[in-house]
Amino acid sequence: MVTSHLKAEVKSLNFYYGDYQALKGVTMPIADKEVTALIGPSGCGKTTLLRCFNRMHDLYPHNRYQGEIVLYPEGRNIISHEVDPIEVRLRISMVFQKPNPFPKSIYENVAYGLRVRGVDKKSFLAERVEKSLRGAALWDEAKDRLHKPAFDLSGGQQQRLCIARALATEPEIILFDEPTSALDPIATAKIEELIVELKKEVTILIVTHNMQQAARISDRTGFMMLGELIEFDQTAKMFTTPTIKLTEEYITGRFG
Amino acid sequence: MPEKRHTSTQYERELQEIKESIIYIGALVEQAIQKSVKALVNRDSELARQVILDDDRIDNLDVEIENKCIRLLALRQPAAIDLRFIATAIKINAHLERIGDMAANIAEKAIILNQEPPLKPYVDLPRMAEISRQMIKESLDAFVNEDIELANKVRLDDEIVDNLNDQTFRELLTFMMEDHRNIHRAMILSQISKTIERISDHAKGTADMVVFMVTGKIVRHESVTP
Repeated sequence: MVTSHLKAEVKSLNFYYGDYQALKGVTMPIADKEVTALIGPSGCGKTTLLRCFNRMHDLYPHNRYQGEIVLYPEGRNIISHEVDPIEVRLRISMVFQKPNPFPKSIYENVAYGLRVRGVDKKSFLAERVEKSLRGAALWDEAKDRLHKPAFDLSGGQQQRLCIARALATEPEIILFDEPTSALDPIATAKIEELIVELKKEVTILIVTHNMQQAARISDRTGFMMLGELIEFDQTAKMFTTPTIKLTEEYITGRFG
Repeated sequence: MPEKRHTSTQYERELQEIKESIIYIGALVEQAIQKSVKALVNRDSELARQVILDDDRIDNLDVEIENKCIRLLALRQPAAIDLRFIATAIKINAHLERIGDMAANIAEKAIILNQEPPLKPYVDLPRMAEISRQMIKESLDAFVNEDIELANKVRLDDEIVDNLNDQTFRELLTFMMEDHRNIHRAMILSQISKTIERISDHAKGTADMVVFMVTGKIVRHESVTP
C-alpha cells in the first residue's frame, strides 16, 4: 500500500487519558515529504494521535502511551521514556487550530525557537527569520513591519506567522491541528497552498474536520473512529472507492 | 448505496431524483425502440412519425438530468459511492439519449422502406431489437439494485446481438446478389441492423458503468468473464 519512503511509523499505539483509552492499536505509516491527513468525527482520537507525535500529552500526569512511534531515518521510538520530549519537539513542530502568536513582535515570534536553543548570532537569526517568513508565504506582507506586534496581523497572517515560527527550527515533521478552522476561505486557500508547497521540504501530518480539505491537499488519508484507525489509503482512493463501509458512510455524509 | 441515509435529507432527495429520472428516460427509450421496430414490421409510417416526434421528450430529459448532475457536483461535492453514482448517471444518461436518437433513426428508415414493397418478412431484426431492449431494461435494473451479476449478463448479451447483426448482413447480401433492384432496401435494412447492434453496445456501456459504480473499476475495454 505504501511504497514511498517512510518518515515515521505508528506501531500498535494505545493511548490512555487515565483510565480512558483514547487510541486503540493504531498502526499507520507516515510517508516522507507527503501530506498525511487524519479525518473522523469529533472524539475519534485524531487530535490525540497528532499530539502523541510531539509528546504534548507528557504535559499532564496520568497520560500513558503504549506501543511505538518510530521516527526515521534513525528508527527511534520517540514516545519512549528515554527520549527527551524537548528534542522531539525541535524535530516535530506543531501548528494549532487558532493562531497563537506570542505577545511579541513578528520577528521575535519567528526567532523564538532558535533563541531558546541558544542561538543569538544576529545575522543568522535575521537570515532564518526571513527564510521562515518566505517559507510561510508571509515575507512580502511582513517585511516592512517585522518589529510590529504580531497581533497587528490578520487571523490568516497570524496563522502563517505560526507556520513560520514552526519552520524556523527546520523541523522534519510539522503537525497541523485543524489549521484553517478559524479562517475565512481566502486565508484557508492560502494556508492550503502553503501546506502543499511545504511538503517539498518537510513531512506533514494534518488533522482536519473539513473532508474536502483533506481531499484537496493530502496524499494519504486515515479515517479514525472511536480511537481506531478504520481505514488508511491513498487520498484519491479513499474519496472515490473506500473499501470499508464506515469510511464510505462518513465520507459521503451518512452519519450516525 | 449504503443503507444509511444522508444526514442532509435534501441531498438524499436530489440523488433519488436523479435515479428516478434515469429510470424514466430509460422507459421512454425502451418504448421508442419497441415502437420503431413495430413501425417497421407493421409498415406503420404514422407510428414511425410518432417515434421521431417523441424523441424531443427524451432530448429534453437528457438535458434536465445532466443539469441536475452538474448542479449536484458543484453544490454537494459528492465523494465515494455518491461520486461514482453521479459519474455513472451522467454517462448512462448519455448512452440512453443516444439510443433514443437511434430509435428515431430506425423510424426514419421505416418510413422510407414503407414506400416500397417489402423485401422479406422480418425475423431477426425484431429479435435483435427485443434482445437490445431487454439489455437496456436489465442494465437499468442492475443500476437500481447495484447488481453486478445482472450487469455482467448484459455485457455478455451484447455478443448475441453482434452475431445476429453479422448473420443479418450475410442474408441481406444474398438478396442483393440475387437482384440488383433489392440493393436499396437491403442496404437500408442492413443499416437498421447495424443501428440495433449499436443500441446493444450502448446497453452494454450502461452495464459497464454499473460495474464501475459498484466496484470503482472501469471495465468497458475488458472482456467479460462470465
